[in-house]
Amino acid sequence: MKKNILGILGLFIFIFIFTAYYSEPFLSAYNMQNLIKWSSLYAIMGIGVAFVIITGGIDLSIGSVIGLVASLMALAIKKGWDPNFAVVMLLGLSLGIGLIHGLLITKVKLQPFVVTLCGLLVYRGISRWMTDNQTMQYPGTDKLDSLFSGKVLMGSFGLPAPLFFLIVVAILAAIFLNRTIWGRYLFALGNNEDGARYSGIETDRLKIVAYVICSFLAGLSGLLFAYELDSVQPAQTGEFYELYAIAAAVLGGCSLRGGQGTILGVIIAAAVIRLLRNSINLLGISTHLEYAIIGMVILCGVAADEIIKRVMARRRTAQVTTARK
Amino acid sequence: MDAQPSLLKVTAIGKQFPGVQALHNVDLTLNRGEVLSLVGENGAGKSTMMKILAGVHTPDAGTIELDGKPIRANSVREAQAHGIALIHQELNLAGNLDIAANIFLGNEPHKAGFIDRKDIHAQASKHLKRVGLAFPTDTLVADLTIGHQQLVEIAKALSVDARIIIMDEPTSSLAQKETENLFKVVNDLRSQGISIIYISHRLGEVIELSDRVSVLRDGENAGELAREEISHDAMVKLMVGRDLSQFYQRNATEPGEVVIEANRLRTSAHPNRELSFSVRQGEIVGIAGLVGAGRTELLQTLFGITPAVGGTLKLDGNKILPRRPLEAIIAGIALAPEDRKQHGLVSEMSVRENSSLPRLRVDQKAGMIDFSAETNVANEAVEKMDIKTPHLEQVIQYLSGGNQQKVVLGKWLAMNPRLLLLDEPTRGIDVGSKQEIYKLMEELAASGVAILFVSSEMEEVLGMADRVLVMHEGAITGELDRNQLSEETIMQLATDNKAAA
Repeated sequence: MKKNILGILGLFIFIFIFTAYYSEPFLSAYNMQNLIKWSSLYAIMGIGVAFVIITGGIDLSIGSVIGLVASLMALAIKKGWDPNFAVVMLLGLSLGIGLIHGLLITKVKLQPFVVTLCGLLVYRGISRWMTDNQTMQYPGTDKLDSLFSGKVLMGSFGLPAPLFFLIVVAILAAIFLNRTIWGRYLFALGNNEDGARYSGIETDRLKIVAYVICSFLAGLSGLLFAYELDSVQPAQTGEFYELYAIAAAVLGGCSLRGGQGTILGVIIAAAVIRLLRNSINLLGISTHLEYAIIGMVILCGVAADEIIKRVMARRRTAQVTTARK
Repeated sequence: MDAQPSLLKVTAIGKQFPGVQALHNVDLTLNRGEVLSLVGENGAGKSTMMKILAGVHTPDAGTIELDGKPIRANSVREAQAHGIALIHQELNLAGNLDIAANIFLGNEPHKAGFIDRKDIHAQASKHLKRVGLAFPTDTLVADLTIGHQQLVEIAKALSVDARIIIMDEPTSSLAQKETENLFKVVNDLRSQGISIIYISHRLGEVIELSDRVSVLRDGENAGELAREEISHDAMVKLMVGRDLSQFYQRNATEPGEVVIEANRLRTSAHPNRELSFSVRQGEIVGIAGLVGAGRTELLQTLFGITPAVGGTLKLDGNKILPRRPLEAIIAGIALAPEDRKQHGLVSEMSVRENSSLPRLRVDQKAGMIDFSAETNVANEAVEKMDIKTPHLEQVIQYLSGGNQQKVVLGKWLAMNPRLLLLDEPTRGIDVGSKQEIYKLMEELAASGVAILFVSSEMEEVLGMADRVLVMHEGAITGELDRNQLSEETIMQLATDNKAAA
């Protein structure tokens, strides 16, 4: 697992130094702030979906949940709701969405892909309908500004608020996954659901928890995104973000087969994806190539990981058999 | 027979799987028109050997000669081209297609890519006749009984001109009548000059059918018996490698209080059958029966995997009806399941994580894992069970079957169960580990645990059980005390042959 993180960290450092060398504005405070901010937002989504992927599932609805939460937040402020109340309600809504996903998957036994694909369509549709598909400005409210887009100054360099959200989320997530019995259970059930059940693990409940965490973090990042973007387009905000989140989780060492993943890996991978976009812009590479480059890097990363794993497994088998003789 | 070279000559075959040397230096010969039986305990390497001959696996070492010429079969298709066909234990037919389509699946006679329907049915009925099946060739395979489906499989092998047909446990799910019919077909094929390699646990069948018996033990040749030498005791001695009296050490003691008592229990697999039985402290009770008799389902019901649909269950006099494994575990029940890989282990996790999995909940501190307690649990399991692993962090799938099973048992011992359920506890493991597991069962019983175990190995049932429940089609058809036990009585009850019993 540690080697896994070293690989992705190496990739990050390589792209970082490469871009810093060829592009002067890359290291500017403004660019760095942006990079940290967006990487943090991606990482929060990525951590959410990592929980689901560790159980062997998938969540395709993240982008739509982000869009829905962002749209409803704008709507609530426009309607004059108390912003704090709206935040609580919307986080509650995200939890509810995750709960519904989890129940449909475990109790009705629908496939996660199908459930969350329908979620993707449904929440996007609701966002557009409730807002009349109007782009909405996001009026700042004093009450939330300090929380969501405040900066902590370190000298003249301001650290963006999403970073602090990420730090809290990451620490909690890492403790949950690595230190609690439920984290261990998640890995166990992702690896072998029947085996986990036969050991007395309540697999259904844990899977539901994973989907709830995922949707909750999607909702949280929806609020943060909305604040960063200053305006919400119900048809577009958050579109495709589920794919970035899944890409970050996979590049960060989660296996779609379940049972594997680290929080640190996901965070670094999210940063790599943002960094790539940033580099493509700054290095003057045609932005039309952006998707292609990101896709290729993820593919190569995952392929390298798989090959290394296979070589390691073979070496281990050889060791075991020679030890036996 | 020695005048001409053997049809098939296998020399010094070796095959290795991750963590297991499945076959080592195995020789085998097969003559024309001969029925050779391959026997050995589970995990002795019979299936691996057959899969190598059939092109499913490729050997790491050794040679295979057919008619004196070396061959290499890297795929099932290549093996078929050499005239070798394998009939799997689980049949590989497409139930939604008719008999003719199944016989020629993947081998359809065609004209420019279009299947020649007339030809297919004409040829199919020819092959069907050879196995004595009188069904129209457009009958759907799903509408046939298992026994008839098996004959279709054999017809399929004949359609590709198989000269060697390998049958892997062909009677494991057949009724008495179907078995007799199969024997007739086997004898017919032998007289047509086709050679048959017959794999079975049922030694009675082996005695009836075989021209010769070859015994494997722990992936190596254990010996061969010519027609006149074949007997039950001779085979068992070669299979186990020593006299039975030394192998099983069960010294039954006076059992204590009743631990588990089932009263008219009904499982969801056989909701119309009522099961009543009890197991006492320190007692080892075996459940015998054929595949599909409902033995595994009974254990799964007791463990809460598939909740009971009726009846009552008492543990130490208290009513329980586990609806989930966790409820059974909390009540003091443990299950070492039949399918280790699917149900018993989390194969990508370490020895430590596997052996502590049920115990984590008990040792937790407000949800946090108590890592030192976990390491203790794992160390204790390794020590007590004598698990051979380089270290606690070894990923479990790289251990041998025997050591994996010890981890499964170790993780349940950490829970101090009142009732231990074992489903085929020694399936696929080496003789050494087997004996250790028997010893452990002894010790646990002596310490007052009630043990209920399912086994398809007659020797194991006869050797280990204080009492045997025999099941047939979901019902308990008989209960035998240790002094009433014999292979014949058990088989008669297992096939529900009441008149004979």
